[in-house]
Amino acid sequence: MAKILLEMKNITKTFPGVKALDNVNLQVEEGEIHALVGENGAGKSTLMNVLSGIYPYGTYEGDIIYDGEVCEFHTIKDSERKGIVIIHQELALIPYMTIGENMFLGNERGTKLKINWNETNDLAAKYLKTVGLKESPQVLIKDIGVGKQQLVEIAKALAKNAKLLILDEPTASLNEADSKALLELLLKFKKEGMTSIIISHKLNEVSFVADKITVIRDGATIETLDKEKDDISESRIIKGMVGRELSDRFPKREKHIGDVMMEVKDWTVYHPLYAERKVVDNVNLNVRKGEVVGISGLMGAGRTELAMSLFGKSYGDNISGQLFINGKEVHLNIVQDAIKHKLAYVTEDRKGNGLILSNPIKINTTLANLDAVSLHSIIDKDKEYGVAVEYKDKLKTKCPTVEQNVGNLSGGNQQKVLLAKWMFADPDILILDEPTRGIDVGAKYEIYCIINQLVAEGKSVIMISSELPEILGMCDRIYVMNEGKIVGELEGSEATQEIIMSHILKAGK
Amino acid sequence: MNKAKSLDFIKKYTMIIVLIVVTAFFAWRTGGAILLPMNVSSLISQNAYVFILATGMLLCILTGGNIDLSVGSVVCFVGAIGAVLMVNMKVNMVVAILIMILVGTLIGAFQGFWIAYVRIPPFIVTLAGMLAFRGLSNVVLDGMTISIKECTAFVNLFGGGANCYIPDFFGNGSLNLTCVFAGVLATVIYVFIQIKSRMSKQKKGYAIENMAVFQIKTLLIGLVILAFSFRLAQHKGIPTVLIWVLIVVMVYGYITSNTTTGRYFYAVGGNEKATKLSGINTNKVYFLAYLNMGFLAALAGMVTIARMTSAQPTYGQSYEMDAIGSCFIGGASAYGGIGTVPGVIVGAVLMGVINLGMSLMGVDQNMQKVVKGLVLLAAVIFDVVSKRGGKLISKN
Repeated sequence: MAKILLEMKNITKTFPGVKALDNVNLQVEEGEIHALVGENGAGKSTLMNVLSGIYPYGTYEGDIIYDGEVCEFHTIKDSERKGIVIIHQELALIPYMTIGENMFLGNERGTKLKINWNETNDLAAKYLKTVGLKESPQVLIKDIGVGKQQLVEIAKALAKNAKLLILDEPTASLNEADSKALLELLLKFKKEGMTSIIISHKLNEVSFVADKITVIRDGATIETLDKEKDDISESRIIKGMVGRELSDRFPKREKHIGDVMMEVKDWTVYHPLYAERKVVDNVNLNVRKGEVVGISGLMGAGRTELAMSLFGKSYGDNISGQLFINGKEVHLNIVQDAIKHKLAYVTEDRKGNGLILSNPIKINTTLANLDAVSLHSIIDKDKEYGVAVEYKDKLKTKCPTVEQNVGNLSGGNQQKVLLAKWMFADPDILILDEPTRGIDVGAKYEIYCIINQLVAEGKSVIMISSELPEILGMCDRIYVMNEGKIVGELEGSEATQEIIMSHILKAGK
Repeated sequence: MNKAKSLDFIKKYTMIIVLIVVTAFFAWRTGGAILLPMNVSSLISQNAYVFILATGMLLCILTGGNIDLSVGSVVCFVGAIGAVLMVNMKVNMVVAILIMILVGTLIGAFQGFWIAYVRIPPFIVTLAGMLAFRGLSNVVLDGMTISIKECTAFVNLFGGGANCYIPDFFGNGSLNLTCVFAGVLATVIYVFIQIKSRMSKQKKGYAIENMAVFQIKTLLIGLVILAFSFRLAQHKGIPTVLIWVLIVVMVYGYITSNTTTGRYFYAVGGNEKATKLSGINTNKVYFLAYLNMGFLAALAGMVTIARMTSAQPTYGQSYEMDAIGSCFIGGASAYGGIGTVPGVIVGAVLMGVINLGMSLMGVDQNMQKVVKGLVLLAAVIFDVVSKRGGKLISKN
């Protein structure tokens, strides 16, 4: 047995209100490629952030034993000094700097007072050759494609004398050829003795490249599969990823499904910056009165983009297709139109796009429908207060008063305020984008109850979620989306996690 | 009162506490001179332009810490146009006033268009405006001073100091009875409104302040209004410019706290994306902020030339800094979304008191600038650090 390079023992990490990691154990041998798999939010990235010192020593429990010694990393620099280098999912390159400058950012060659550009470019060229990138170190990052940028990231890691390379979803934004090249590169590094940890959703890639696979689910390690001993086929991995029972985590509801409320036909959306990239590709879907329709898919499948483009074209360019509400075609060019046609979009990014954190609950609650609490655009503050209290009670938001700033609430309660805001706008169709992201199980249950209540009132709900159990537990009908296309439509009763996953994976090939 | 609550109290009323302490300090150092009727009156007249400009600046700052550097130049430009119209071209006063307001508003619309719809950074647009309108003022005035002493109606309508006071309708003693009467009336109205809104809240079952706090607060503010009007009454009465300042403060205080449009300014500064996704036209909000700034700059321009009884190409210099400073000292956030009109007025009064106090003490002009700079820095440091939960150094 080879030497154990890294051991993470009983790692527990809690965020306010959520236990992100619970007694996680991970062993990585020297010279192997170790894959970490699990659903979105299972805790993979959190674990790697603990390892690399982004969450400093002391903010988690448990030990990190690297190269035989217990380590206490306080910053990323500490872990990098040991040769642990993480490459994040979002590329961290600066567009208007050259490849060479990026590669040695924070690690500059020469002295503090004089950067040695010759050495910088010379070394950069050497590492570029190692990763097989044929570009001059003096080319600007913005002028090369995403695939090449990913290679620059790897070269940058090598320049830091990486011994343990961590790649978080390295192929998420790459096309097939680039992905293939990248995986080959990892195998080549392995031959040269490099140890890597790769986080990926693309299970075919994991099967192809990994020696060992550790499955994480709900912040706990489930199992570690060994290529030599175990079956590491995709279906076997999926079973590990999703293999939990769906007990009473979802409240029951009676179905009263009516006529088609909203229908989308041939909906196509292009990326606002890269005009030739299709983000949503010829999507057809509908939702009925009193129905919960789920849109499943991996991150980056185009679900949020689809929802936002429907919601008053708040995302994307060159949008084409037809939208029918109650059988009539409508053209929603701005958000105001969408709200007027009783459509609501509850964002996945409640802090960035949903709430005004520095404002109290009551102001957030009425923001999307301020006219309802005002007369001739003068706000009736007493009425506003009353509305806020009413929704606070209705949704069981836990807060001392509605004067409390939203920024001080827990994630679950923030989500409730966001829901209250859109419920107060009195929509018929609600698009809920990841309505339970980052909130604990109890609050999730309450959100599900609210959704049931909404459809019981005859509203339609479109739920976008990356959590398969939630989609299965809540939805009457499920669309599966991948790379901008609808790749499957399933009745809620016939769907299983395996079927959905295989739809996604089949389309991904 | 437990510790957290008293901390909250101090945070909420910091600037008022500071204002009282600073005033007390100067009252001590100047042997009470700063509280003499004449000085209280000139505090208003001298700083009228600051109150007006700071109110407009608040709206810009609310949208996201955006400032308007051009106001000083616009004040000068509008004043110059007014002087040329009234003195050189003998235009009727009312027409001249309308033209000045129109010019200011158009300038605001011009700058607002680039900022709101084309999204040129406000700093750049208004810096350009600051240069351009300063230059244009020189052109309009031909580099000269135009005296408007002859336009007595205009000077009396917008001026402060000299003889620009609301005439005393009753009596003719050393005490201006009209002013006392107005003060009493204002106090009564204030107390009445407070009690009425409290009762209406109580009736509808909404949260109300603690009775003792309410009584003390209402009583104190009532007393301040009374004392203030009594001081003014001892010195010729109400400066006409105070009427304009009060109108601006009350109208904008109301708009920012009670109307949907006012709410949108806070929302945009708090989180622009969320505001946009709530169906609010954020471009329009930016546009309105700068349009309005132009309008108020025009008003400030009229006030300025009326007080100086002339127009000069150098008027209005660093007025923008006074306005911006008042906003930040008055608790507006440098990131936008936070700040109130009353807060800004307290900030402006504080600046005014410091100016006046130091002048009375005979502090050198240059040292006055140093002190003002430090006060501004301290206020913003306080804002940023308190928001970070009291930690001075930002986490790396």
